[in-house]
Amino acid sequence: MNFWNDPLKVAADWLMGIFTGWGMNAVAAQVLVAFLGVLMLITILMVLDIFLVWIERKVVARFQDRIGPNRVGPFGLIQPFADIIKLIIKEDTTPADADKVVYNIAPLLSMMSVLILWAVVPLAPVILGVDLNAGILFIIAAGSIGTLSIIMAGWSSNNKFSVIGAFRQVAVMVSFEIPMLATLLIPTIFSGSMGMNAIIQGQSIWYVLLSPLAALIFLIAAIAELGRAPFDLAEGESELVSGYNIEYSGMKFGMFYAGELLHAFTFGGFWSILFFGGYRFFGLELVSPFLAIAVILFKAMVGYWVIMWVKYTMMRIRIDQMLAFNWKFLTPVAFVLVMVTALMNALLRGAPGWLFVSGMILSNIIVAWAALEIVRSVSKKERERIEGPKRVVEAHH
Amino acid sequence: MTGEQLLFLIVGAVTLLSGLMVVTSRNLIHAALWLVATLFGVAIVYTLLNAGFIAVVQVVVYIGAIAILFIFAVMLTRKEMRDQGAQANSNWWAGALVAAGTFAGLFFLLQGWSGFSKTAAAIPSGYDAIGQLGDALTSPAGYVLPFEVASVLLLAALVGAVYLAFNKK
Repeated sequence: MNFWNDPLKVAADWLMGIFTGWGMNAVAAQVLVAFLGVLMLITILMVLDIFLVWIERKVVARFQDRIGPNRVGPFGLIQPFADIIKLIIKEDTTPADADKVVYNIAPLLSMMSVLILWAVVPLAPVILGVDLNAGILFIIAAGSIGTLSIIMAGWSSNNKFSVIGAFRQVAVMVSFEIPMLATLLIPTIFSGSMGMNAIIQGQSIWYVLLSPLAALIFLIAAIAELGRAPFDLAEGESELVSGYNIEYSGMKFGMFYAGELLHAFTFGGFWSILFFGGYRFFGLELVSPFLAIAVILFKAMVGYWVIMWVKYTMMRIRIDQMLAFNWKFLTPVAFVLVMVTALMNALLRGAPGWLFVSGMILSNIIVAWAALEIVRSVSKKERERIEGPKRVVEAHH
Repeated sequence: MTGEQLLFLIVGAVTLLSGLMVVTSRNLIHAALWLVATLFGVAIVYTLLNAGFIAVVQVVVYIGAIAILFIFAVMLTRKEMRDQGAQANSNWWAGALVAAGTFAGLFFLLQGWSGFSKTAAAIPSGYDAIGQLGDALTSPAGYVLPFEVASVLLLAALVGAVYLAFNKK
């Protein structure tokens, strides 16, 4: 066992040796080592978060045919530090009649709900916080803490726009949790486990190839959970100014903003873990844990890029459209897909690999086709009801 | 005292304190937020009992759904978030008596039980708790009938709610 094969354990053992050498109680030393590990992970994430600001600004600039930050430092890399200094020295305002304690806890809780997600992210086969046997449910649990932080921020600000924004955001999050949970069950069906590491280990074939529809629904639900366009009606600049975070200034606003970016990156990571093999890349993860970390960070970045791509090319939809889309389309499709996948998985259990993959893909295509066909006929009827039956107009007499 | 016992005492104290704040807080939203803290404390107790799955489900269901629903209901139905008037009615002494009696009864009952002072056996490695739970809920020898009856009850509540909210034309 050396450092290059299992760095986390070697480092922890080394620290344990030092602490117990100082005459520290073994249990206390263990707690301290675990605490230092958490501190290290959070520090790395927060530093990464600083650069995510730069990445986001550069990418949005490219999508909008601009160059983006390019003045401060090489390629504008120092720009996020300038942003942070600006945020810190801004005046910290609290609205009149705000509920001060709740108002101040909300940004912390928002950031916490994102950071806590990384407890279950396996960066390499041996580098992970905890291999929780209910890992995928943990995503939903952390998301509900995020929901709580938003409703706290919106209510405590004592501003009607922020309350409306919070209501909308919570409606989005509570509804899209359901298709997300349903699609999270599909990797569970394939791998037979709810633990992240087992899901990655089970992906000899990426699950996106077995269930492309589930990957797509998960991405849509994730974008809604993040509150990004086209589901950013909680911010709706043109109607609500900025939504639930309108009354926050300085670094408190920064917490929401940085939390959102890190959240997007994290969900890019979950997308890659659940459907794109996580740290697995043609056996590269077996060479070194550091290569595995590089692979998963690369995949998470690609997922993050897709989320940004959607955000900066789609228009915002209305809340009734969003709710109808979720409850009348996405949720039934996700449930039907789970049932079909479970049935196909039971039927094709002993089948050879090629038959399993093609059967799964075929069932996905059939579910997607049937769903779109039903939607098409329903919307056609609706159009006819509103516009009256279509009249055949002869163009040229 | 082991670290786990210390942790349990701290979590228990915080949970009880937030439970007390739920019923004494004048501001209804604050009461709901204290309820969230209480439910979170219960989730930590589940974690200390090595029931990670139940703990996560506790957070998803009670904090993610029920507490959020409480906050929504309070915000949508109450104009004034502050409760006026006395916090206890004239029967407070009867309530206190029942609570104290229940606590004393449980305390004496558990003191007589041999398992009360025993430390739990360590869970063998590779023990599949979620698998066991799934088997118990779906096998005829387990709890499949109560599980299904509870599902039907929830479905009935759902159908009833939809019927009440349905706009009759």
